[in-house]
Amino acid sequence: MVMPRRSLWSPLAVLVLLGLAALLLSVTLGSAALSLADVWAVARGQGSPLARTLILELRIPRSLSAFAVGGLLAVAGALMQVLLRNPLADPYVLGLSGGASVGALAAMLAGLGGAVITGSAFAGAFLSTLLVFGLAHGTGSWTPSRLLLTGVVVAAGWGAVITLMLAISPAERLPGMLYWLMGDLSYSRSPWPPLTLLLVICLLLMPLGRSLNVMARGPLQAAALGVNVRPLEWTIYLVASVLTATAVTTAGSIGFVGLVVPHMLRLVLGNDQRLILPACALAGGTLLVLADTLARTMIAPEQLPVGVITALLGVPTFLYLLYRSR
Amino acid sequence: MNRLETRRLVIDVPGRRDGRALTLSVEPGQVWGVLGPNGAGKTTLLHTLAGLRGARAGQVLIDGRPLAALGRRQVARTLGLVFQDRHDGFPATVRETALIGRHPWLSAWQMESGEDLRLAEAALQRLDVAHLAERLVSTLSGGERQRLAIATVLTQAPQIWLADEPTNHLDLHHQSAVMALLAEQADEGRAVMMCLHDLNLAARWCDHLLLLYPDGEACWGPARDMLVPAALERLYGQRLATAEIDGAPVFVPVR
Repeated sequence: MVMPRRSLWSPLAVLVLLGLAALLLSVTLGSAALSLADVWAVARGQGSPLARTLILELRIPRSLSAFAVGGLLAVAGALMQVLLRNPLADPYVLGLSGGASVGALAAMLAGLGGAVITGSAFAGAFLSTLLVFGLAHGTGSWTPSRLLLTGVVVAAGWGAVITLMLAISPAERLPGMLYWLMGDLSYSRSPWPPLTLLLVICLLLMPLGRSLNVMARGPLQAAALGVNVRPLEWTIYLVASVLTATAVTTAGSIGFVGLVVPHMLRLVLGNDQRLILPACALAGGTLLVLADTLARTMIAPEQLPVGVITALLGVPTFLYLLYRSR
Repeated sequence: MNRLETRRLVIDVPGRRDGRALTLSVEPGQVWGVLGPNGAGKTTLLHTLAGLRGARAGQVLIDGRPLAALGRRQVARTLGLVFQDRHDGFPATVRETALIGRHPWLSAWQMESGEDLRLAEAALQRLDVAHLAERLVSTLSGGERQRLAIATVLTQAPQIWLADEPTNHLDLHHQSAVMALLAEQADEGRAVMMCLHDLNLAARWCDHLLLLYPDGEACWGPARDMLVPAALERLYGQRLATAEIDGAPVFVPVR
């Protein structure tokens, strides 16, 4: 955690470069491959109309959405892990995405579209947040293990509701619902709201970084060192909920980014939240841009849901990390 | 120079009726020992004094100002607590752990400075754990962790020290060194209060004692008035043999 300023910036600079490289790659690759020269021409305001449409209206917005969603999920995961002092916590484990999914599917089932699905997913995530935090709070004794257990049980409940909805929904609506459940960036509209949120939250979290470091030592130790524990806990939980809800409403339910990215970064960079949180935003974004590029190109012109890619990459990575951890 | 005071304080031990209300004052330069059997409320008392849990009645004051009226940060700059148990959630090195003691002294945007790092290093040196600075806390022995916890509070540099069994897990030499450190803190004008299980350490190093009985009864005063074999035997429910060695009374349980 002791880091002179220099060593705090250099990993972030590396991650920024990686992120830019991933974005560039994602813009050139696709069902119609473009050369760097094409991209450069479009960037200068030239190039063929087809290339312009492809890059400016399809690939760049989609890649930026992927970056924003990945960053949001990774930061949300990192925050949850500090809150629960458990490296296995993540918004998905805690039922936030389950709530969002139920909200979105209910809207789809009712035949509603667009903004209603977004709003409904957001409402679902918040309902789940309140439910988990309220129930775990219970009669006063509030412990990480209790919160984690409550989250897991609520998530299982949402899972059952999702299955029920899929079972009773008409066949023609099923593909859209399934894609949404597995995470899919092709529905995402403007990348700017999630991207702006990511930037704003990262800036807001910077001054809280050292308090979060102390929180990771447990609430009593944190309180003894001058942290206002309860307000900080609520802030973390609410921020993580907003991040997750935004990510889920942008791209559906994408697992493992929030779990694997913070975990891997901690192995390399240590556990100073002032470094880990911005690093999560960058690395999570990069990872999801690459995963989405894979999803678009692997069986092009068909597309895979990006959630499948992250799970296929995430599960073995995570099991390996778990196996190696002391 | 800060004084820690309690006014008609009744600590909240679950399932126990209100005991004797505590009205006492730990002055700068004094070393208080809290003695009592398991479950008498020693840890609860220290946590209440540090403002980490509410009291059933009464007040805790620092320099005449109620603890509740001071911000957490202000309290943390004045008062430090060595915990009895520690949890390590995430891996952290010994140096990082000592350095979190600087938290109350730094503003939200500030990074730890070279001066903070120097204070942490000095504290690690003082507690004889400087050679472990790069090690992960999870790889330390119980006694090394205990010394690290004390080094963290030393880095925090409070005017009032609360220590919950500071000699736990320590070998004889380090028990003595830690007690000497706490006595030195008092000599430099700080107020010290600690829970102890070892009567002989208390007799040797504390100038005031607070005896907590399991039923909530309590008595306190200068150490020489409190170290009465009959009172101590009732405190622990254990017969004691007494001798005087090296200028201090020594208590040994009778078989």
